[in-house]
Amino acid sequence: MKVKLTEKNERKYGAPVKLRFVGLLIMVAILLAISGCSASAPESKLYVYNWGDYIDETVLDEFEAEFNVEVIYDTYATNEDLYVKLKQGGTPYDIAIPSDYMIEKMIREDLVEPIDLGQIPNFAAIDDRFKDLDFDPGNQFSVPYMWGTVGIIYNTSMIDEEIDSWNALWDPKYEKQILMLDSQRDSIAVALKKLGYSINTKSLEELEAAKAALIEQKPLVLAYAGDNLKDMMIGGEAAIAFCWSGDAVYMISENEDLAYVIPKEGSNLWFDNIVIPKGAQNVEMAHKFIDFLSRPEIGQRNAEYIGYSTPNKETLALLDPEISGDKTAYPDDADLANLEVLLDLGDFIEAYNRVWTEVKSAR
Amino acid sequence: MSRWLQKSYLFLIFAFLYAPIAVLIVFSFNDSKSTSNWSGFSLRWYAELFQDDKILSALYYTLAIALISSLISTVMGTFAAFGLSQMRGRFKGLILGVNNLPILNPDIVTGIALMSLFVFTGTRLGFMTMLMAHITFSTPYVILSVLPKFKQLSSEMLDAALDLGATPWYAFRKVILPEIMPGIITGFLMAFTLSIDDFVISFFTTGGGVSNLSIEIYSMARRGIKPEINALSTLMFVTVLLLLFVINRRSEKGAGVVLPKADPLERM
Amino acid sequence: MLKRLSTAPYLLWSLMLIVVPLIMVLGYSLFRTGTRGLEFSLDGFIKFTDPLYLKVLGLSVWIALQSTVLCLLIGYPLAMIMAGLKPSAQRTAMTMIILPMWMNFLLRTYAWIPILGRNGLLNGLLATIGITPLNLLFNEGAVLLGMVYNFLPFMVLPIFTVLIRMDRSVIEAAQDLGANRLHVFCRVILPLSLPGVVSGVMMVFMPAVSTFVISDLLGGSQVNLVGNLIKDQFLSVYDWNFGASISVVLMALILVSMWILGKTDKNGSGVSFF
Repeated sequence: MKVKLTEKNERKYGAPVKLRFVGLLIMVAILLAISGCSASAPESKLYVYNWGDYIDETVLDEFEAEFNVEVIYDTYATNEDLYVKLKQGGTPYDIAIPSDYMIEKMIREDLVEPIDLGQIPNFAAIDDRFKDLDFDPGNQFSVPYMWGTVGIIYNTSMIDEEIDSWNALWDPKYEKQILMLDSQRDSIAVALKKLGYSINTKSLEELEAAKAALIEQKPLVLAYAGDNLKDMMIGGEAAIAFCWSGDAVYMISENEDLAYVIPKEGSNLWFDNIVIPKGAQNVEMAHKFIDFLSRPEIGQRNAEYIGYSTPNKETLALLDPEISGDKTAYPDDADLANLEVLLDLGDFIEAYNRVWTEVKSAR
Repeated sequence: MSRWLQKSYLFLIFAFLYAPIAVLIVFSFNDSKSTSNWSGFSLRWYAELFQDDKILSALYYTLAIALISSLISTVMGTFAAFGLSQMRGRFKGLILGVNNLPILNPDIVTGIALMSLFVFTGTRLGFMTMLMAHITFSTPYVILSVLPKFKQLSSEMLDAALDLGATPWYAFRKVILPEIMPGIITGFLMAFTLSIDDFVISFFTTGGGVSNLSIEIYSMARRGIKPEINALSTLMFVTVLLLLFVINRRSEKGAGVVLPKADPLERM
Repeated sequence: MLKRLSTAPYLLWSLMLIVVPLIMVLGYSLFRTGTRGLEFSLDGFIKFTDPLYLKVLGLSVWIALQSTVLCLLIGYPLAMIMAGLKPSAQRTAMTMIILPMWMNFLLRTYAWIPILGRNGLLNGLLATIGITPLNLLFNEGAVLLGMVYNFLPFMVLPIFTVLIRMDRSVIEAAQDLGANRLHVFCRVILPLSLPGVVSGVMMVFMPAVSTFVISDLLGGSQVNLVGNLIKDQFLSVYDWNFGASISVVLMALILVSMWILGKTDKNGSGVSFF
């Protein structure tokens, strides 16, 4: 195909195309400038990796202002997701907030930096009950953030009876109105508790029984939800589910028909602590952040915003009595009696992994 | 088949294609979160959208990565296509085969493959890795757009220009470039649109607070129904409508309509 | 010399970022870190032969096939109708098909959640005529709907492109020779449009069988497809050996089906990959 290099053709391939090209680039450059507008770059950055919906974001703004640091905030949905991200390396996170069993595992696998409690004066404000727990003796690697329980949340306007047992989640009456959590240890724990076993069992037989129960339950389950569980329960898309106590507090505040109960068979008591992942770049700032979060006023804002239970006794004193008196968030010691804490299962977790994959793949 | 039946079928299918988008747009102006009840007109979700730092940051990264990656892939791809057009034989076939791999492979395989590479070499996942990933899946499309143009080029023309005293650079600028420019533009636009819309590969190759629009929408969607997404959809719809209008003006001059995802067979 | 220099950057790039990663995936699928360091192991592949996982693959293929067939059944007539329009109307129709493709894929998938949900639009409309809320979301049907919705334009466009380029004289010749409408369609139009159909099938089946987004958002983690399985192994369970094995199987599946589909194009009017 020959093209005559006439003036006309030159214009056809030359100017209009180039102009359009340049126009596009200018347009994009303008858009970039608008959206990329950030104030003068702060002194340093702090990378925080946390659960979704697990902090009052204004708290971050305040930290940034006070310490002249830019906080880069990422979220994860489960402890397992956090673990994989940290394990595979190459992540810049200075702060992470795993749960008890995961902290135990991370300590064992050398995935966390030691914490210098000397740099965290507000550690003293934390209730002794939450210090020196089994998964991190002496709090060498973690500082308490929030704690809570696991229980059943249900909509009293959609369910007539009193719920008090895990069996309610297996009740055919509630077909397609049941939500389970898309979280490995938590869902398996529910099944184990229903069958009367320990949530830390290392018995293959018991684990397989739990698996069978979960697979049996599948046709009754509407969905394995993540953070959208809250919206769905509030909106009445489902009638019954299990959740963490803090989420229950939030949901109940948005929909008074909802109620939370810890089943009689027992349940899970959990603790989320702040850790500094190995290889963190900004360890000093990380310590300051931990201390900041442990300040009573900051703790109060967080606790009130996300609904979870604070381990900080001074924060507790500051809380609205309606909140600190709420049995959902702050149950009596008697209620905590038959609750188990999740433990790290070492290599046996492989069996749980397999069971979970099988449960999710089953039809 | 009667005219009326045909028109109705057309209408029905288009209604199906546009209904969900229309729902999102309409309810982006709804005062409440619900999509079954109208509570009144409101722009609150748009306000919330513009205050959402994560989304704005994601928008910035989406555009930045799209622009930079498509520029780099266009340049690298054009040069590669030039070299390939002069080649013959098995080696050429091999390179073209490798070139096809990102096109043929499912996104998820490309994504985890790149993630494996980055993790194995200890490269920190973030802006650079996402950029490299985008260049990787864009360049094959550029090559496939530009290569045919090179093939169509008559070697006599190039020789004639050189004979008539043009320097190689002048010959390239005035003879070759205009010929292949449509292919380059198409390749660039394709790389750009692929990059803007990418989710899976970006999902696996990014980290450390760097996110793009698709990943943000995914995170928001997993947390429940977020009306800000409706507002975002409306804005994107309007943008796309404008863009397509502009591009269609171009196509009326015969340069062809640009598709967001290439048809690998057509391109050969 | 200039030629070599020209391709050199891309050669290096494709080697490092296309070839090497794929070799690594292969490596992960064949080796695992055992007690004595790296050891060769087919465990990942063997694990995949468990009926449970084969069923996951089967489900993915099944849903992908269904969506491909649906796209074909809906898309072919649409392409034909569009091909019969006046050129100006054709351009408009083409733009209308392309517009959704330009909308973000995540958005197009998400859009169905507020519509199909228990408290969503559809159920709201059904409630006004007295029907109790249906469970339209978080099942295979919803995933199928999401797939057809997302991939329909990819089926329509190649077929449409082939149809408008079709040589009218062949069709007219057939009509002149006395063939009725059905005959003209089955014997002339359909065979000639096959390259477009093959193209469309490929562009629908491949993403459909490997997606995890659609099953994630619309399936409520109830519909576990191959894509979900792979993603979980890499991002949640941390079993890269198993994840890589599944990926290799998926890759092989896609490449084989492409090869088979490519073979159906006897005229060679399009396909040659290697």
